[in-house]
Amino acid sequence: MFGYVLRRLAVAIPTLLLLIVFSFILMSLAPGGPFTGERALPPAVLANLEAQYGLNEPLWRQIWNYVWNIVVHFDFGPSFVYPDRSVNELIAAGFPVTLTYGALSFLVAVVLGVSLGIVAAIWHNSWLDYLAVGVSIGAQVLPNFVMAPLLVLVFTLWYRLLPGGGWSFNDPSFWIMPVIALSTSYMASIARITRSSMLEVLGSNHIRTARAKGMPEHRVILRHALKPAMLPVISYLGPVFVSMITGSVVIDIYFSTGGIGKAFVDSALNRDYAVMMGVTILVGALTILFNLLVDVLYAWIDPKIRY
Amino acid sequence: MALLDITGLSVGFQTHDGIVRAVQNVTLSLDQGETLGIVGESGSGKSQLSFAIMGLLARNGHASGSVRFDGQEILNAPPKVINRIRAEQIAMIFQDPMTSLNPYMRVADQMAEVLVLHKGMSKREAVAESVRMLDAVRIPDAKGRVRLYPHEFSGGMRQRVMIAMALLCRPRLLIADEPTTALDVTVQAQIMQLLADLRRDFGMAMILITHDLGVVAGSCERVAVMYGGRIRETGPVQPIFADPAHPYTQGLLDAIPRVDQPDEELRAIPGQPPNMSRPPSGCAFEPRCPYRRAECAAIDPPLEDFAPDRARACLAGLDELRDRRMRVEPRPDLVAAGDGAAETDLHAADLPEGAVAGAGAAGSTLSPRKETRP
Repeated sequence: MFGYVLRRLAVAIPTLLLLIVFSFILMSLAPGGPFTGERALPPAVLANLEAQYGLNEPLWRQIWNYVWNIVVHFDFGPSFVYPDRSVNELIAAGFPVTLTYGALSFLVAVVLGVSLGIVAAIWHNSWLDYLAVGVSIGAQVLPNFVMAPLLVLVFTLWYRLLPGGGWSFNDPSFWIMPVIALSTSYMASIARITRSSMLEVLGSNHIRTARAKGMPEHRVILRHALKPAMLPVISYLGPVFVSMITGSVVIDIYFSTGGIGKAFVDSALNRDYAVMMGVTILVGALTILFNLLVDVLYAWIDPKIRY
Repeated sequence: MALLDITGLSVGFQTHDGIVRAVQNVTLSLDQGETLGIVGESGSGKSQLSFAIMGLLARNGHASGSVRFDGQEILNAPPKVINRIRAEQIAMIFQDPMTSLNPYMRVADQMAEVLVLHKGMSKREAVAESVRMLDAVRIPDAKGRVRLYPHEFSGGMRQRVMIAMALLCRPRLLIADEPTTALDVTVQAQIMQLLADLRRDFGMAMILITHDLGVVAGSCERVAVMYGGRIRETGPVQPIFADPAHPYTQGLLDAIPRVDQPDEELRAIPGQPPNMSRPPSGCAFEPRCPYRRAECAAIDPPLEDFAPDRARACLAGLDELRDRRMRVEPRPDLVAAGDGAAETDLHAADLPEGAVAGAGAAGSTLSPRKETRP
């Protein structure tokens, strides 16, 4: 198992390199550049700027320099649009915010979603099931860009309970609405996956065996059904966790949280090559890491999986 | 008093297609230490009958009637009551040992939890007792293998684990639902032998559900033949095999393939089992029955005693059945079979020779009866 993890981490390096090369090529193929504005810059100024950021060099050279700086100095370069800030600083400022509300949302979505799914499965076709399914469908059809303004309307404008935007690490009242808005639809998906997977497991032969042992139903579920029912949920959670902690543009914009979700979209719109690359690499690395974690969890749950 | 008394048991399943009547008005009883075979083809309701006894029907299933175990009503009993019966008094082994054990738990854990639950043992004691039981079902190196997961055992070994798990609390009744169907023939014989030995050692009663007449001949005292959710014939094994009194029983016995006559065609029962969501108004076997008469389509005859300890549900005359049987093909092997069939020892000679599909396969090929055939 340990060897397997090492092997997977080793494979992650060429994967990330490929990601860098492809993103770099795609980025340079896109029309426009960081210095394209409504008013064209004088050619001499543009040439100077491009020379300063190394954009005048051939593409392979740019990629080489970029990777070299990351590997040797862990330097993701300066922002092209905010000249006084480096990508490292931008991510260091935005990522903790996103990580906080993302991880909280993840926790809320998993705990509520899994419980709702299990309840619905155990009392299949009862009013509890219909309620749980109703709640999760309701949550599903309320995407975060609908949830966010609704929350602001209710809790900020009507009841004046919560701040309508901004961020503070010390004051949890800033966290509540971003977490609700971000977690609702994920919670709904998790509930649906848990419900159907639990229903399938509860109908399987080994659960009948467990019941024939004379165990109370709650023990049948906790000891025999929960682990296998979680397998499909876990494979869904890996990528979900990454997309939650790497931020949501909608959340960042509606609540002015200052997370990297907004930074990422802004960088794409502004052709801020370095920021775009930095966030891409962050998301890529986290995705690889959490997929590995999912695989390890799988092996822990299912003894038939051996690496 | 009988150990198990089933009266008027019916099982229905609510489906989109209407109610499927899997079991209809079954009455059976079983004494201490007795072995009953329940025989029928797939869909005859035999497995659902056993699930209903244990309260293990699927969620859309509903059972009515009465099941008394040791005088106590257990059908549709509250969970607390039925959970005291399950495993402690009545244990069950299932058809498919591949999927009936929990693939995510070590054998030690799944076995020990039964003893911790019912006997209040500590985990350590329970595991030690589990190892002893694995020894009893002749799993080599039980002490080492108890730490393994089910997928690390072969099919036959898994069924042994299943049997050991069922016997942990020394139940008074073991229900074996097609215990050898998923296993290959040589392993089948070993498992049946093991069950016979354990049954004798533990003094258990057993209900053996199977579609394999060879298995029934080798290990049961009484047999109930089910078709279309009802019992069509019941009685001691030996006379039923020698002289079946229901056309369906006769058809089943005739359908046993035989190794000694390579040119012979398989004599299957023509037609299909009935669709139990729309059961026929008369006898369910009528469309496939060679003895059918006009009234069969309208009347579903009740199960009636026609000889001491034997009952059948059929309108055809007994003489008619006997005549035709002898005319079509005398089967002296079957007529002669089973002088010892009611005893549980599984010797090849006790089995009907034709039972290649069953536990007797290894034995029947060794049997020298071929020369005695006309």
